[in-house]
Amino acid sequence: MRMRALGVATLATLAFTATACGSSQPAAPAASAGASSSAPAVGGGTLVIWADPPRVKPLKPFADRFGAENGVTVEVKEISKDNQVTFLTASQQGSGPDIMIGAHDWIGNLVQNGAIDPVTLTEEQKASFSAKAVQAVTFDGQIYGAPYALENIALIRNTDLAPDAPATIEDMVEQGKALKKDGKVDEVLCIPVGQKGDAFHVYPIFASGGGALFGATPSGDPDPKQVLLGSEGSVKAFGKLKELGEKGDGALRTSLTNENYIVNFAGGKCAYLVSGPWAISEVKKAGVAYDISAVPPFEGGQAATPFVGVQTFFVASKGKNKALAQEFVANYVTNKDVAKALYEADPRPPALTAALEEVRASDPDAGKFLDAGKDGLPMPAIPEMAAIWEPFGIAENAVVKGGDAAKAATAAQKAIDGSLKN
Amino acid sequence: MALDAREATRASAHARPRREITTAFVVSRIAVLAVTAAILLYAAPPLAATGSWVALGLLCAVSATAAWLYLTRRFIPAKYLIPGTVFLVAFQVFPVVYTLTTAFTNFGDGHRGDKAEAVTAIETGSVRQAPGSPEYTMTVALRGDELVFLLVDPATKQVSLGAAGGLTPLDGARLGATGKVLAAPGVSVLKAPEAAARGPEISALAVPTPGGLIKANGLSRAVEGKATLGYDATCDCVRGDGGTWTADESRGYFVNAKGENLSQGWQVNVGLDNFSRVLTNPTISGHFAGVLGWNLVFALASVVGCFALGMGVALALHHPRMRGTRVYRIVLILPYAMPAFAMLLVWRDMFNRDFGLINQLLGTEIDWLGQTMTARFGVILVNLWLGFPYMFLVTTGALQAIPRELTEAASIDGAAPWTAFRRVTLPLLLVALTPLLISSFAFNFNNFNAIALTTDGGPFPAESPQVGGTDLLITYTFRLAFGAGGAQFGFAAAISVFIFAIVAVISAVAFRRTRRQEEVYA
Repeated sequence: MRMRALGVATLATLAFTATACGSSQPAAPAASAGASSSAPAVGGGTLVIWADPPRVKPLKPFADRFGAENGVTVEVKEISKDNQVTFLTASQQGSGPDIMIGAHDWIGNLVQNGAIDPVTLTEEQKASFSAKAVQAVTFDGQIYGAPYALENIALIRNTDLAPDAPATIEDMVEQGKALKKDGKVDEVLCIPVGQKGDAFHVYPIFASGGGALFGATPSGDPDPKQVLLGSEGSVKAFGKLKELGEKGDGALRTSLTNENYIVNFAGGKCAYLVSGPWAISEVKKAGVAYDISAVPPFEGGQAATPFVGVQTFFVASKGKNKALAQEFVANYVTNKDVAKALYEADPRPPALTAALEEVRASDPDAGKFLDAGKDGLPMPAIPEMAAIWEPFGIAENAVVKGGDAAKAATAAQKAIDGSLKN
Repeated sequence: MALDAREATRASAHARPRREITTAFVVSRIAVLAVTAAILLYAAPPLAATGSWVALGLLCAVSATAAWLYLTRRFIPAKYLIPGTVFLVAFQVFPVVYTLTTAFTNFGDGHRGDKAEAVTAIETGSVRQAPGSPEYTMTVALRGDELVFLLVDPATKQVSLGAAGGLTPLDGARLGATGKVLAAPGVSVLKAPEAAARGPEISALAVPTPGGLIKANGLSRAVEGKATLGYDATCDCVRGDGGTWTADESRGYFVNAKGENLSQGWQVNVGLDNFSRVLTNPTISGHFAGVLGWNLVFALASVVGCFALGMGVALALHHPRMRGTRVYRIVLILPYAMPAFAMLLVWRDMFNRDFGLINQLLGTEIDWLGQTMTARFGVILVNLWLGFPYMFLVTTGALQAIPRELTEAASIDGAAPWTAFRRVTLPLLLVALTPLLISSFAFNFNNFNAIALTTDGGPFPAESPQVGGTDLLITYTFRLAFGAGGAQFGFAAAISVFIFAIVAVISAVAFRRTRRQEEVYA
């Protein structure tokens, strides 16, 4: 009796195990089927769009209108965390969306995972976008999405403390130091560094100092086989960062982090802030009088080019309704009203030139940010970029603390070459 | 006599005593059967839809077994064993087996799907618009039952009919203002919703042309494109203008003669590669000893520190002359009751050199998280603050189980309070608490949050940016597996197998020692 019960228990367990293993993959579509079967419309199709929180609401009316015109249900779902990874995992198991919204620098990784399809835009459509936006969404000679907004960092200054835009970094630092000496501010410059550095924010200064990340392929794309972080120019640039650092001018400080640098500026603790459009709402709320200009270059240095990020609509390769998704991305999102609605929800300059002109008239900030990024470098979309951020940031942190520039640059180069197996 | 016989039959009917049907009995049966039925109803339709008949069969068999087991009155032990076993399998055995099997693959970015998916992705990604070809305005129509495209060249307004057989000119079509076809002889034009409903058919239709294929791009436009790369099954390779890439099943890539690979790969079994990479990778082996040493110090300091502090407080509050113990207990539990995530971030900001509370209170200028030694001290301090309330709680409980007569007897025998504590209270406490201390050690050995949310492994020396001063094995290897090269799940799984082995060995040794200790004191 006892033995039999035990035998049955073992058998049932084994069966459960087998089901657990066997059903782990096919069960996944069930989740999506359950979630998206809310209301089959006249035509019977459903188009699922995944967006990050600020974009869900402004997209909704356009999605509904598109749905009504085509007799389909359009669902806009909010994805708030690890959007790229969530999209990749869900796509892989067949529960992903038809359209994904994300940053253009995901393209390399999404393509190597076969998660997105190229989008064909007409010559006329291509011409309606800013050239930088089209360049950013082009990967390996193909356009992989419809761009809708650009973002880049710029120099935001407190016009009560610093009425004029500085022409050079030296000017800015001098002015900042003078204000600090007079006790008007606590910091020369508000730019995040932190204990791991912040490659994104420091890049324009690094580039102006002569630094570079990658060499270029014959077609002009960044070449992951040539990492230039340890090159002579980059060593010189790291040296410049060291001069701006804690042992030098004190403009770069490790205690300024992503959490406190905007707050400090909004609180009037510094006259200059290096940040992007996302900082503006907090600055406005604090009632600081501000103006936006490009991050200045070093005197006699190269241009201080910020990274440009482009928000993009992607067509998912494994979507269930690709024709509709293509229609939406290629022929509907490229519409001016959609771009404007998205801008109003989250003020990043639209990629569509016509929409930008209208926005510029009502809100000069958008235009100023865009001008500040006009020489910017579209963030490299190659997957190898993932290997750059951390070693670059750590090298920055080291020189800001007063470490040797050549040593930091060489170590970063070695670490990156190691992980890219160059 | 007759009466006796009747009684005898009744007695034999009662030979197997029937259990009483209680409310708990009914509720538990209903609960188990309801959950089983719910799982069956939830999982069966998608399994049937994807044609996973084996899985479906197993699911039905298991559901039937469960139903039978709980409806019958027999197999009492199995009724109690099954739910626990199912949870054990689902939440312990399955993840462990899955991790182990993943460790033998190259599953990760670039290798997420199978080979067929990689080939599709390569071919789709390589389609280029045929040079000089028009961007057709497309209208979807039906010719009989067959779906066809009515294509208008926007420059010449020439209308053609595209079908699977090819492209043929079509006369007599009426065009609308947008350039779409409103009506045409021999076909019935579909309205937008009708076309949208046939989305998959539209995506599937490819009209062959001399220069390539015309495919729909959405519902209103079509373009002529040509795949510049194509898979050839005879040579198991991808051919294109740029050369030939042959499938390399050991790497899961298509590789050309120069050793370059196409970026889209597939998942393959790589054997022990991930394990040997852990052992031979110079960035891992070069720093392993240092990281492991600090990891042990961190885990030990966390456990011993928390235990000492928690026990000290518990002993103080256990003293019979202590007043207001309830208030103290509530205050002491607070760190344990607050969400650790938020607290870790708050502590990180308190340690900030220029804006942090700690330097402001002490009037110092120490870069707490910017120097290895102070950062290590800092994370241990934070972990101590987070962890001691737990030790305080369990020690309080264990202390109450130790009869006060024992310590009283010790003091009558002339033992000083310290001796009584060391010889009587502490050993008895340890018998009860050692298993908890061991599990606490295993937890702290892999305490990812405590490091990732405070220092994130830092400070990082400029000479070796891969490994930071407070990196534990788990944070260090997490960065290796998910930082630089995208997500590498196979590699990460191999690393977790190693970390599991280390923790398992330490715990096994510790448990063995405890057992010996229990034999002495029990």
